[in-house]
Amino acid sequence: MSGAGSSRVGRSGPVAWMVLPALAMFILFGVVPLVGVLALSFTQWDGLGPISAAGLSNWRTVLTDPALPHSVLVTFEIMILSWAVQTPMSLLLGTFLAGRQRYRAFLAVLYFIPLLLSSAAIAITYKALLDPNFGLGPGLHLGFLTQDWLGKSNLAIGVVIFIVSWQFIPFHSLIYQGGVRQIPTTMYEAASIDGAGRMRQFFSITVPQLKYTIITSSTLMVVGSLTFFDLIFVLTAGGPGDATRVLALDMYKRGFMSNQMGPASVIAVFLVLLGLALALLLRRLGGSTTASQQEGA
Amino acid sequence: MTTSIPSPPHQPRSSRRNFLGLVGGGALAAGLAACGSSGPKSTPGSTAGAAAGTGSTYWFLTGQPQQAIREAQVKRFNDANSGSKFKTTEFQNDAFKAKIKTAIGAGQGPTLIWGWGGGGLKAYVDAGQVEDLTDFFGQNATLKDSIFPSAFGAATVSGKVYAMAVETVTPIVLFYDKRAFEKIGAEPPQSWGDIMDLVPKFNDKGIAPFSLGGQSRWTNMMWLEFLFDRIGGSEVFQNIFEGKANGWSDPSALKALDEMQKLIKANGFIKGFSSITADSNADQALLYTGKAAMMLHGAWTYGNMKSSGKDFVTGGHLGYMNFPPVDGGKGDPSDTVGNPGQYLSISSKAGQADKDNAKKFLANNTLDDASVDAWVKSGNISVAKSSKDRLSSITDKNDSEWLNFVYDTSANAKTFAQSWDQALSPTQAETLLDNIAKLFQLSISPQQFADSMNAVIGQ
Repeated sequence: MSGAGSSRVGRSGPVAWMVLPALAMFILFGVVPLVGVLALSFTQWDGLGPISAAGLSNWRTVLTDPALPHSVLVTFEIMILSWAVQTPMSLLLGTFLAGRQRYRAFLAVLYFIPLLLSSAAIAITYKALLDPNFGLGPGLHLGFLTQDWLGKSNLAIGVVIFIVSWQFIPFHSLIYQGGVRQIPTTMYEAASIDGAGRMRQFFSITVPQLKYTIITSSTLMVVGSLTFFDLIFVLTAGGPGDATRVLALDMYKRGFMSNQMGPASVIAVFLVLLGLALALLLRRLGGSTTASQQEGA
Repeated sequence: MTTSIPSPPHQPRSSRRNFLGLVGGGALAAGLAACGSSGPKSTPGSTAGAAAGTGSTYWFLTGQPQQAIREAQVKRFNDANSGSKFKTTEFQNDAFKAKIKTAIGAGQGPTLIWGWGGGGLKAYVDAGQVEDLTDFFGQNATLKDSIFPSAFGAATVSGKVYAMAVETVTPIVLFYDKRAFEKIGAEPPQSWGDIMDLVPKFNDKGIAPFSLGGQSRWTNMMWLEFLFDRIGGSEVFQNIFEGKANGWSDPSALKALDEMQKLIKANGFIKGFSSITADSNADQALLYTGKAAMMLHGAWTYGNMKSSGKDFVTGGHLGYMNFPPVDGGKGDPSDTVGNPGQYLSISSKAGQADKDNAKKFLANNTLDDASVDAWVKSGNISVAKSSKDRLSSITDKNDSEWLNFVYDTSANAKTFAQSWDQALSPTQAETLLDNIAKLFQLSISPQQFADSMNAVIGQ
């Protein structure tokens, strides 16, 4: 639906005017701060005193700091692994929930609950549940649950990915549910007549038809994971050591705990560029072959 | 009475905010030794003026009992000064820290700026945001003399006083569970060697030797503060504080870092300590539930252990002592670290009438009899020397012993050093906490720790 349809709308006058409020908001709260951050990245500022120009020194400091590749690595690790966990699960759940049966509607409501909770609340809850001394494991005397979940580097990353997935799978399931419901039933009917089984239908009709839905959902996951902050901040504060220090957290720590707004702004700019690049890349991946799609999402 | 120091989730952070009681040279030497006994007289505000300032504002932290005491102070001021009242805004610890800095940076800060002194105060001073109170104290000698001298260190920048110590003195002490020591038939440690000897004994009985909220990082830092002092004396950190090059690779510093890792390698701390936070008070819970035998922590934890620990405190099971000496170390065993006080500064951007109000408030309402009474009743030692007089009025035996111990530890300390992360600039403090976490994870060596820290000295 995207290609031809949207360009026609763009030309009509009144509709263009309706974009203005959103555009104004975007410029005021999106572009202006962005320019400010870019400017700040070339200065030295502790948040209190005068701002003084620093040239490229912040960029040099940050880009040569071994902490940066580490943060980038952790960010991508969490991004890729949480994508790999979330996508298949949300796709399956979404397809399941697309059925019109009453019990599925009921289950959909249950699945939706994690999305209603704030990240901070989720982090505090999981932290309590995973506590090696007072948590769920020791409480119920379950040996395998009694681990130092947040105190060992690998376990901590795993826990973050698990919680992120737990929190966001409902949202993406919802997107997929909508996507699946848009697929014309005639295609399934035709496939049944041709003798295709459930599995065959899923892989030959559902998945290809959901191409744009997958791209949308993946873009949200990937770009969204760049900004994971609240959950990790409350859950591990970047620890143990710096095992879960993602870029967003690194930016916060430099800016608001070390009082170095310059280097923090460098990371902010870096994050914006990374997010843009990833979003563009994902668009590219699904861009050209619109023709094969009857219905997008 | 005395529900006391309630270590609300964020109180611990405040407590680490301390400063070397060293900065003001003389104050250091004098230490607290000279604690007199005269009450903090309500000195009339020198700059009275009282020209109906309507815009006087005061922001402070939530969390009982401190919050109620602060509110009562403001109420007394407002009742007594009908023309000029303080408007207060209350914040949770972390929110406060973020908000106050932004507000001050934008020139929208409150008239009275509450803080922890030290490196944070220095940042305000460097930005010209706070009033020089040296003359104010010159004119109010009685007020000045009523406060522990050691509390002025963290309020002093380049020889000038920019803040008044208010509220409480909270040293870091070594808490222990008497029941755990009975179980293994041992006595509390008298030296670092004793500590290392006790570790396997407790581990054999399935009791963790030490509780530690390692995720909070400043909790680990308290250990280093004491080891540095006991091994190399207070001047090791003083050199770092003064920005002397390579201060962190002082041989005593490296030895302290090494001893620290030895204790960690010997399983001196509870399993999983690096995922335990002090904010949830889980580290205290480990001690009072008998899972750990000892805990190095701030005096402010007493209140919570009393209220949450069932009969742990009331049944007399809680023991406490100053950190023991290290064999062959140069440090004075009476030295302590922690919070010499909390501080109030006056915004230099406030109007004259508001500044006068603030001075009046400082002089009349922060360390008046009612405030000191309230602090002591809440299980705290106020920064006012007159706290000592109040101690005899405490009837609860456990509370009375505790308060006397805190008073004596603070008053007899040759050096009362401020917590490192508070004494240092925010930039150094954050790097320090990061490296401490890694040191405790054993992912960096003492030498690597020293190298990373030397790189930010003076920043």
